[in-house]
Amino acid sequence: MDELLRVAANGLLDRRAFLRGGAAFAAALTAYEVTKPAAAEALADDPWSKVPGETVTAYGSPSRFEKSVVRTLSNPNGEPRTQHARTPHHLLNGTFTPNGVHFVISHMGNPDIDPGKHRLVVHGLVKRPLVFTVDALARYPMVSRMTFLECGGNSAPLFSSAPVQANVQALHGLASCAEWTGVPLATLLAETGIDPKAKWLVAEGGDAPALSRSVPLKKGLDDAMIALYQNGERLMPGNGYPMRLLLPGWEGNMNVKYLRRIKLVEEPAMSYYEARTYAPILPNGKAYRFFFLQQVKSFITHPSPGLALRGPGLYEISGIAYSGNGRISRVMVSADGGATWAESALQEPVLSKAFTRFRIPWRWDGGPAVLQSRAWDEAGNVQPTRAQIVAERGESNKVLPATAFISQHYNGPTSWAIDGNGEVRHVYA
Amino acid sequence: MCMRELAAAFTLLASIGVPAAGPDLGKPVTPAEIAAWDISVSPDGDGLPPGSGTAAQGAVVYAQKCAACHGENARGGVNAALVGGGAIERIDSARTIRNFWPYATTVFDYIRRAMPWPQPRTLSNDEVYALTAYILAENRLIAPDAVMNATTLPQVKMPNRDGFIVRFPGEL
Repeated sequence: MDELLRVAANGLLDRRAFLRGGAAFAAALTAYEVTKPAAAEALADDPWSKVPGETVTAYGSPSRFEKSVVRTLSNPNGEPRTQHARTPHHLLNGTFTPNGVHFVISHMGNPDIDPGKHRLVVHGLVKRPLVFTVDALARYPMVSRMTFLECGGNSAPLFSSAPVQANVQALHGLASCAEWTGVPLATLLAETGIDPKAKWLVAEGGDAPALSRSVPLKKGLDDAMIALYQNGERLMPGNGYPMRLLLPGWEGNMNVKYLRRIKLVEEPAMSYYEARTYAPILPNGKAYRFFFLQQVKSFITHPSPGLALRGPGLYEISGIAYSGNGRISRVMVSADGGATWAESALQEPVLSKAFTRFRIPWRWDGGPAVLQSRAWDEAGNVQPTRAQIVAERGESNKVLPATAFISQHYNGPTSWAIDGNGEVRHVYA
Repeated sequence: MCMRELAAAFTLLASIGVPAAGPDLGKPVTPAEIAAWDISVSPDGDGLPPGSGTAAQGAVVYAQKCAACHGENARGGVNAALVGGGAIERIDSARTIRNFWPYATTVFDYIRRAMPWPQPRTLSNDEVYALTAYILAENRLIAPDAVMNATTLPQVKMPNRDGFIVRFPGEL
């Protein structure tokens, strides 16, 4: 039975093994030794089951036993530089990121915006410049969509010449996924009218740095949204309260938070972030401009550094895949550093430009293993190997701290090595 | 109403300028009313305000309002140096105003919108022109006595202006 389920070397099992309820499969999966508690103890009522519980609060928060499920902060004292708060992927499961641990990058802190006074103005090459209150926008027909947001600099440590020893939160924590609800930008532009000369829009926030990005009008009329709600509630302050521009699948920085102005223009403004920051250097000394797209990518969250395996046996390998080009079509997983591959199961529903959870059963024999995932999207794009990225983009000859942004837009694989003790390390494979 | 009549009605609405897409709850707004927020500047100089400044004037403002973070003479402090920068040779080469920024207008735009920490948008336009002149002159990108204003700033040719490749032209 074991051999029937094995689909790639080093213990990867058929992705359907967990899903098939058949007795044969169940027998196959449970016939193996798993690490069990040394001896079961007699069950008894615990103290909390014999007294009334806590009074329900008006706004819930996680159990006090989940206090470690938090973001890591790059600048907890608010020193005069950017702050980054990274999502703890290894402590979450499923596909959506709770609002309290959605990643945040803030260049001058989160503004304390009074929604009654906030305004959004749409002007420039339009027929009728208009200004909207938050209440007015809240009366518009809305759409909801699940979309990941990813900083263009997420995963930058993987441009190091040697693997940075850090966990999945430190390496890939500047990506999250939420359900966003708001007004399609196309609806507002239909009301202002568009001068045919307009080719770009400049989006600007009402925060201290008045963060500004130029966006092709084509994207603005495609799936751009003025988002008011995040996972059902109003946006979190760190994610743009009371409104942000949402550009599904495009680099996080362009999804301008605290949005207060959209100006239609002929040419891009070449603001700091498009002219300098999100312009990654190429080996020939030139640099890419207008990268915009967050390309197809995946990484394994379970197991990952800090989540050690406790003895040989059956485990589920699972992780996150996403693409700015549409739906994930396939995620392959290797347990032998890329020599052999098995197709994982994709958790339904598989949504365009959203996190997709992939899962595959794996029987760890207690020996060395190198886990890796590789994703494809419906547009036919495949996650490149690290060697391909290094050939195209280069790598640093230094090993910098995980918080350093060596370059932008790394979408290669991440490899986790398991040693004989079940400890997980970041490696290149 | 059949679909054709409906379409005709929308065409009629569009032709007389009445929007059909949404509830039309925006308030018409004039350029004068937007002026305080309308701060974006383009490489061709569109959006640059009146005013002017020189490097000598900028040095004074710099010492008062910028040196605490960017260091004496803009050579770097707790935050990045604004002067200097070698060849772009490696993926992690420092991308500076001198070796990387394609347009001088971006310097003006960024100072005006975001600086100085922690009091953004407190500088006068003359001060922003002066600081821009100071940084460009220290980087030897303009003459030491050049006056920066809405006409001269867009004419500054930055060394790396042509150093970029559009990643996905199909998205533009």
